[in-house]
Amino acid sequence: MPLQAPPLRGLHDERGAKFTEFGGWDMPVEFDSIREEHETVRDDVGRFDVSHMGQIHVTGPDATALMGRLTSNDVDALEVGDAQYATITDEEGIVIDDTVVYRLPDEGGECAYLFVPNAGNDEAMHERWIDYRNEWGLEATVDNQTDEFAMFAVQGPNARSLVADLVEESLTGVGRFETTSVTIEGVECLAARTGYTGEDGFELVVPWREAETVWTALECQPCGLGARNTLRMEAGLVLAGQDFDHESNPRTPYEAGIGFTVKLDTEFVGRDALERVHEEGVEEKLVGFRLIDRGIPRHGYDITSTEGRVIGTVTSGTMSPTLEAPIGLGYVPVEYAEPGTTFRVIVRGQSKKARVEPIPFIDTI
Amino acid sequence: MSFDVPTDRQYLESHEWALETDGVVRVGITDFAQDELGDVVFVELPDVGEAVTAGDAFGVVESIKAVSDLYAPVSGEVVGVNDAVFDAPELVNDDPFGEGWMLEIDPSGDETDLLEAVEYEDQIA
Repeated sequence: MPLQAPPLRGLHDERGAKFTEFGGWDMPVEFDSIREEHETVRDDVGRFDVSHMGQIHVTGPDATALMGRLTSNDVDALEVGDAQYATITDEEGIVIDDTVVYRLPDEGGECAYLFVPNAGNDEAMHERWIDYRNEWGLEATVDNQTDEFAMFAVQGPNARSLVADLVEESLTGVGRFETTSVTIEGVECLAARTGYTGEDGFELVVPWREAETVWTALECQPCGLGARNTLRMEAGLVLAGQDFDHESNPRTPYEAGIGFTVKLDTEFVGRDALERVHEEGVEEKLVGFRLIDRGIPRHGYDITSTEGRVIGTVTSGTMSPTLEAPIGLGYVPVEYAEPGTTFRVIVRGQSKKARVEPIPFIDTI
Repeated sequence: MSFDVPTDRQYLESHEWALETDGVVRVGITDFAQDELGDVVFVELPDVGEAVTAGDAFGVVESIKAVSDLYAPVSGEVVGVNDAVFDAPELVNDDPFGEGWMLEIDPSGDETDLLEAVEYEDQIA
């Protein structure tokens, strides 16, 4: 299958970006150097093209019911302009995807929502919404708008002031996980004070055709998916398809450390199974760890006890540019999950000492 | 984008270089290879005295985003290891043909298919 290209692929190529396949998309992985891009986001501000993220629009008389019954968080609690991190779970409570749900201004007197599934999941999630809508006999329009909107993230301690200086509207009063409509160079965008780096900033949903105007106006260090990955790992944020995967590494939100997205006092697919997990407790959970010995943990490496028994798997790992230390995320039995606990990570056949650390690894907003 | 390919040495298809001086073969990775990898953060090399085999992996170089094996251009005994790249792996990015070298081998005779600079230039063009 040919890769999907983000609207500004040509522009990024001219700028000297290197590209990688991600979720069926041909995305910039690195513009200058992952380390440089990473440090710029931690110290100043950087911009990311994340147009590979899905955009699904839901409206109609039963939009709230449909959104609420297919996501684990409390959609009823959302007021216009609110955003919410949630998981999409199956009947067994296993995470299919994680997403952010945005409550948009009402449309024609009806509630309207945008939710953002991960790259490559938009078609499956669109289908899921349609299938359940039909099964439950709900009245809602579900539109996959992934190819109609680009998405840019502006992240870093100076991101807020950069965006505030560009937009015609005031951004004071837009708190974390809140959204507002903004105009940049005459282009109307949705601005959400969210991100995936552990820094303050905005994510902008921009009409595909106007993408270049807005990207160009956001004058700061362009950053690729490489830096996005190291930044989110330091912030202890999980990546769908890597830290959990519906097929190859099925996990409940509780195991994946995102149990806070589960509101058991709401009704949704997977709720009953998750209530049981919540009562019984999990056997394994995601932890952050640092490698004490020389080496770098990578996705798929075994985790063993000090005696050499395999007890878990690394799901993400890198050399942390901020800490200048090898860090990772992985699943271990709960008795190994306390910060300070040591275990081993097998790097190319060699057993390396590792120590559990609290996540996030760094101070985040 | 153009990459340095010094003509004083030979190359492997897997992007290592080999430079023989006074009977000792020094090995590193090319400018193209370091650029493809991006920020190098870790290098794993054999110890002095160990044997390496032409065409076989002798070590590993890791960047933030990738792990890559290093292949030996010749068989022989390791007589020198560049300790500097353990503490400062960025030397491999900054000066891949100079201070970012990795290994020195006392060759025993066997060597793998080596490319001349112009052939390697064609490969990465």
